[in-house]
Amino acid sequence: MAAAPIVSISHLSKSYRRGDQVVPVLMDITLDIPEGDFIALMGPSGSGKSTLLNLIAGIDKPDAGVLLVGGEDITRFGEAELADWRATHVGFVFQFYNLMPVLSAFENVELPLLLTPLGKRERRERVETALDLVGLTDRMSHYPNELSGGQQQRVAIARAFIGDPAIIVADEPTGDLDRKSAEEVLGLLRRLNAEMGKTIIMVTHDAHAVESARHVTHLEKGELIAS
Amino acid sequence: MLPKLIFKNIFRHHLRSALTIAGLVVAILAFGLLQTVVNAWYAGVDMASANRLVTRNAISLVFPMPVYYRERIKAIDGVTAVAVSNWFGGIYKDQSFNNFFAQFAVDHDNFFDLYPEFITRPDELLAFKKDRRGAMVGRLIAKQHGFKVGDTIPLKGAIYPGNWELVVRGIYEPKDETTVTRQLYFHWDYLNEEMKKRFPRRAEQAGVFVVQIADPSRAAELSLRVDNEFRNSLAETLTETEKAFSLGFVAQTEAIVTAVKIVSFVVILIIFAVVANVMAMTARERLAEHATLKALGFSPGFIGALIIGESVLLTAIGGALGIALTFPVAAAFKAMMGSMFPVFYVTAHTVALQVAAAAVVGLAAGLLPSIRASRVRIVQGLRHVG
Repeated sequence: MAAAPIVSISHLSKSYRRGDQVVPVLMDITLDIPEGDFIALMGPSGSGKSTLLNLIAGIDKPDAGVLLVGGEDITRFGEAELADWRATHVGFVFQFYNLMPVLSAFENVELPLLLTPLGKRERRERVETALDLVGLTDRMSHYPNELSGGQQQRVAIARAFIGDPAIIVADEPTGDLDRKSAEEVLGLLRRLNAEMGKTIIMVTHDAHAVESARHVTHLEKGELIAS
Repeated sequence: MLPKLIFKNIFRHHLRSALTIAGLVVAILAFGLLQTVVNAWYAGVDMASANRLVTRNAISLVFPMPVYYRERIKAIDGVTAVAVSNWFGGIYKDQSFNNFFAQFAVDHDNFFDLYPEFITRPDELLAFKKDRRGAMVGRLIAKQHGFKVGDTIPLKGAIYPGNWELVVRGIYEPKDETTVTRQLYFHWDYLNEEMKKRFPRRAEQAGVFVVQIADPSRAAELSLRVDNEFRNSLAETLTETEKAFSLGFVAQTEAIVTAVKIVSFVVILIIFAVVANVMAMTARERLAEHATLKALGFSPGFIGALIIGESVLLTAIGGALGIALTFPVAAAFKAMMGSMFPVFYVTAHTVALQVAAAAVVGLAAGLLPSIRASRVRIVQGLRHVG
């Protein structure tokens, strides 16, 4: 029996305004992502895959359609509600890591926990465990500019799962990495999916990265063309 | 985390932060110094007592009044004492600014009773009263010219022609830092006697009367009563509070004081523009970081606080250094200017103004960038990265 969908998208549309022109980015997308899945969204530049990821992650809003995440219609949430929802339900991994350059690896990973009622000691324990999991215990006090690209992305992954979200969205997580680092990052994402049951939704151009996913969905010109 | 992020962000661009702080230090220092100059201009006004009135000739200060007015003023109910005070205008050594100091011929018996802010030694005051050519000199000019008790001060009369020799019988000290001690006081009787001999028509004349009143709240009423006393006489009088009298002198240079005040605020306006520009640049550069924080669930208020906090902390550092430097720089400025500003010190009010200026700059400069940062759309901000 197939797992219940954690993301349920029905007839979703999104367009952007460019001057007087309305540019459609996503058209009538219908897609279910089962809980615990590892899905790769592929497609050429401008196909709308990052926009779809942003909508699922609650950092952008659709023009039309239904978007249920964990059974909740997140399109109805206000800004503050959506911020709270993201803090507890979604972990983010970006192509360029997006770490705070003035914070150490430890402090970067700790960031999402500052929005929780956890005490300092408990936060420390969790951060140490997370950094241990990504193999960076010895780099805890290092700043992002003292880490390699691969190490920075591992810190970003630790930050993504530290709050124990159900979904981790990754936008081109290996796009800025060499092959070895990319493999380490993909290995971590696979572990999060397999061992911790996280639903991973990854946008990628990298054919090698796609091999880590359980399912692949293709987009072209704003439409789903195959799964 | 917010204070830590604010603190760490400040020192991300060392050179930019250092230059901005340096600009703030200079601006707050300049503001404090200019305010101190303005205060120094009003030094005589600050010294004015609420229970002293000054009566002068209604036509102009340069016209004298008969000295017998003194007794008639003294007889008015509410007046407790009256003393004559004449501007002497003698030249010491030469007419250079460095050798200029004010000399007044005063009623030696009670003048210092009317001015308790001049601290005198009883034995020196007694010696002054006993010696017809005796003079009391202020600590500031005693220090500047090296006058000691027993020294003779030769003056060349400009308003009262001739050579005059006065003997220092005492040196009075200021009660506090608002008291001006750049004057010399000698016997009006001595001046009057000499006038009788040399220019009899100019004898028995008084420049102004310093009128002590028992109740400062009756100042307006008593001023009117004094002036009514001499209505329709040959020398009608104009009586006002000592403060108003002193302000009349300041008013003659009001344009300069106003210009100094304007410049002091322009300096603040300029540094506001500089800090606002720095903060706008900072917010723009960190668009991606702010978008990331928002994506992680941090509120727009947190993002706004990051920017405004940084702006406030930056101005707090610059402001604190600027204020701290104001004191030694003001002291050096005072020393450099010699006796031009007899009372030149940084008041608590000036420091409060500096603090307020720094706070306003910090808050105002960070306000708009913080609002814009807090409203950044996450998708747009993240796109800013790559």
